Amino acid sequence: MTALSELMDYDEVIEKFDPVLGLEVHVELHTNTKMFCGCANVFGGEPNTNTCPTCLGMPGALPVVNATAIESAIRIGLALNCEIAEWCRFARKNYFYPDMPKNFQTSQYDEPIAFNGWLDVTLDDGEILRVEIERAHMEEDTGKSLHVGGATGRIHGAEHSLLDYNRAGVPLIEIVTKMVPGTGRRAPEVARAYVTALRDLLKALDVSDVRMDQGSLRCDANVSLSPKTTGELGTRTETKNVNSLRSVERAVRFEMTRQAAVLESGGKVIQETRHFDESSGSTSSGRTKETAEDYRYFPEPDLVPIAPSREWVEELRGTLPELPWERRKRIQQEWNLTDEALRDLVNAGAMDLIAATVDAGAKPDEARSWWVSYLTQQANTRGVELADLPITPAQVAQVITLVNSGSLTNKMAREVVTGVLEGEGEPDEVVEKRGLKVVSDDSALEAAVDEALAAQPDVAQKIRDGKVQAAGAIVGAVMKATKGQADAARVREIVIARCS
Amino acid sequence: MIRQTAAELAAKIHRGETTSVEVTQAHLDRIAETDGKLNAFLHVDTEGALAQARKVDEDVAAGRTPASPLAGVPLALKDVLTQEGIPTTAGSKILEGWRPPYDATVTRKLKEAGIVILGKTNMDEFAMGSSTENSAYGPTANPWDLTRIPGGSGGGSSAALAAHQAPLAIGTDTGGSIRQPGAVTGTVGVKPTYGTVSRYGLIAFSSSLDQAGPCARTVLDAALLHEVIGGYDPMDSTSINAPLPPVVAATREGAQGDLSGVRVGVVTQFSGEGYQPGVLRSFEAAVSQLKELGAEIVEISCPSFDYALPAYYLIAPSEASSNLARFDAMRYGLRVGDDGNRSTEEVMSLTREAGFGPEVKRRIMIGTYALSAGYYDAYYGSAQKVRTLITREFEQAFTKVDVLVSPTTPTTAFKIGERTNDPVAMYKADLCTIPSNLAGNCGLSVPSGLSDEDGMPVGLQIMAPALQDHRMYRVAAAYEAARGPIGGASL
Repeated sequence: MTALSELMDYDEVIEKFDPVLGLEVHVELHTNTKMFCGCANVFGGEPNTNTCPTCLGMPGALPVVNATAIESAIRIGLALNCEIAEWCRFARKNYFYPDMPKNFQTSQYDEPIAFNGWLDVTLDDGEILRVEIERAHMEEDTGKSLHVGGATGRIHGAEHSLLDYNRAGVPLIEIVTKMVPGTGRRAPEVARAYVTALRDLLKALDVSDVRMDQGSLRCDANVSLSPKTTGELGTRTETKNVNSLRSVERAVRFEMTRQAAVLESGGKVIQETRHFDESSGSTSSGRTKETAEDYRYFPEPDLVPIAPSREWVEELRGTLPELPWERRKRIQQEWNLTDEALRDLVNAGAMDLIAATVDAGAKPDEARSWWVSYLTQQANTRGVELADLPITPAQVAQVITLVNSGSLTNKMAREVVTGVLEGEGEPDEVVEKRGLKVVSDDSALEAAVDEALAAQPDVAQKIRDGKVQAAGAIVGAVMKATKGQADAARVREIVIARCS
Repeated sequence: MIRQTAAELAAKIHRGETTSVEVTQAHLDRIAETDGKLNAFLHVDTEGALAQARKVDEDVAAGRTPASPLAGVPLALKDVLTQEGIPTTAGSKILEGWRPPYDATVTRKLKEAGIVILGKTNMDEFAMGSSTENSAYGPTANPWDLTRIPGGSGGGSSAALAAHQAPLAIGTDTGGSIRQPGAVTGTVGVKPTYGTVSRYGLIAFSSSLDQAGPCARTVLDAALLHEVIGGYDPMDSTSINAPLPPVVAATREGAQGDLSGVRVGVVTQFSGEGYQPGVLRSFEAAVSQLKELGAEIVEISCPSFDYALPAYYLIAPSEASSNLARFDAMRYGLRVGDDGNRSTEEVMSLTREAGFGPEVKRRIMIGTYALSAGYYDAYYGSAQKVRTLITREFEQAFTKVDVLVSPTTPTTAFKIGERTNDPVAMYKADLCTIPSNLAGNCGLSVPSGLSDEDGMPVGLQIMAPALQDHRMYRVAAAYEAARGPIGGASL
């Protein structure tokens, strides 16, 4: 564990060094079956139940490529503005590890299915940074090792290990950026924003669950520092086990401060894999890669080359959904938002919710008003993210419809929403249970108005004399008498009619 | 009974003149009687075989159509193909005790065809060898002369045929492991076109070269078996989705004895130094016989074939080094040194040290080296280029001729122990067979009589282009009919 005293102050790091980023993201596809066999691809499950001779690496068993995985890989490549290979092969990456059944990973090496693309990433202040993509390639996931008895849960010091091969052979796409230089102080933010943008993109493509907490989206962050004095590229480290967006940012920042301290003290950064620890926010040394490991890649002889026809690629291009940034642009125009207003909505996590509310029938302004005011207050009060409030955009839209039809006043609508948040059921049910109904029967209102006029004859006289603003006192009395369930505008109309 | 062909036995079983149980029992008895001397079988599945035989007999008794033309006939299965619940070792200590949880596609097809699987035959460990001396379970003897090798890697299957322990057998051929054992035991062995017999369940030596195929004592029996095991298999990505060449029809046509219009190319590279004179004389006699049958004989030079052996000994070990990585003591087979104190890596190392024989280790090391960064282009890369050249030379040759012929192997069966200390001499046994594997073409070995100097069998190799397997069956059947019987093994 690196002590805090061995870290350089962040401002000083930026003064002396230029950070260079490189991000490798592994995405588990949510295909029905695994990459090379017919076993179910599901998260969880009793250990070693979703296995067969192929994904267990039994002697004689052979792989067969999952066509849906290829389709997803091409769609991801297209969405990342990549070129799609006209012909490519799988390759074997050879190394021994107990959770890898064949002791080689079927992957792609010098012939990735997609290459040379880019992804536009929106930073917190709205600035757009283009991150260049080197490649996106297909491979299979490994099994999982559970190391029992050690202090750290890692293989060193463990008493024994348990192996679960349910994950072995799950389709993975590895997306690798080119070097990202010149981000300076914002390097940690850029790393987080890139993974966020990629996650949103993959979600829109509906190819993966993109759950960092479940490992269906995993990020390895490569960081090196280039001294400003020389401009030479530094030695990089690769930090693994970065399981949340926030951790991506923290891990990059930690590595920058750690490496800077090492370099400042005259030391050398060791090229190695490092392990991010969520609780301390620090990284620690894993495998040392003093000599680059020789994986002895060669073309996988058990599989035939993949040659996606250009017609198929174009057909898949046609299936690309509206991509997140295109959608944002469209919504900004449709809702007539300033850049700043859009950014606030995006940062507050409200945009998708508002859009979904609009899709469910509400007008953009109405939807926006609910989510940014009352619901945001409720989220703050409860200490949860907006998206985690127990109300759906469809339910919000229903409430808005009830208001527009005159069935609810705004005040009553807030009460209905509160009821939904408290688990009282659908908006209709809350209306029913809480007895919330606008009194819209004119005869009932007329009686109430007459009663109020009779109770305040001087006010009634003023209205008759043409002082229309005095009507407010009568309206207030009627609203009080009907316990707020009357439509105030309609009451006012009746008061004036009665006095003219 | 055990002297009869598979076709004859099947016909008698199907007509009710004998039963599959009788036929099976006769071969089990023969195994019991002779295998102490031969060591052809690693496992004999007496109960399973008889149960399968009874099922066929029930079908016949009930008047049901037999599952295939070979239903009820016993077969010896090379121990490199998985059979559910039956010990499968690939001739290696590292798989000792492993019972596969699944059938290879070939095994499944045999079962579905009603063929009775007698047991698993001995082989060079992981099919690496030309003599069956590399088996972890001891060498197999040649039934013609027990002091000699039965070829390899499929020496168990070829010996079982020659000794009449079984009328049919399955082999696998990566560089000649079906054809060379066939040649040195006076039996027929066929390496089909790559991709026409599924590799699913074939324990891989070299994935781009391995091909299972039929072994028998006659060309017709091989053809009948070929049609049982061949065909597209979606479980094998390298399987060819095309109809199987009509090998039985071609065999019947060839047996008529007319080869007029067939152009036969004699490969000039496969003679001269290193070739036993008696083998060459037998080969020349066979070529004359083909001419008499009406074939047109042409000399064909394929200079790149001289580089086939070195290219093979880079490609096959490279793939093997990766294919054999899975034997790590984690999930099945041998585990050595797991005393609770050793690390996973130590247990893996100790297991592989103890579980693999010297030839397997040699090839893993060669392959690991050939694939290493900095050496890949010079070794694996160059070997792949040679492979392309050989494929092109075959293509050119097949524009001029319909089939190519050569001796199957340069010498007759050598003595057990004669070449064990000289790997290169051992590798040369596959000189003539390797090019067909590298090109993915088909090749067949049919006995061409006995060598006049040692009285041991010689094989004639017939090679054809990919998916033209029927061509070589036609030529082989015509030749076999004209040649007449070659006599039998002394055992």
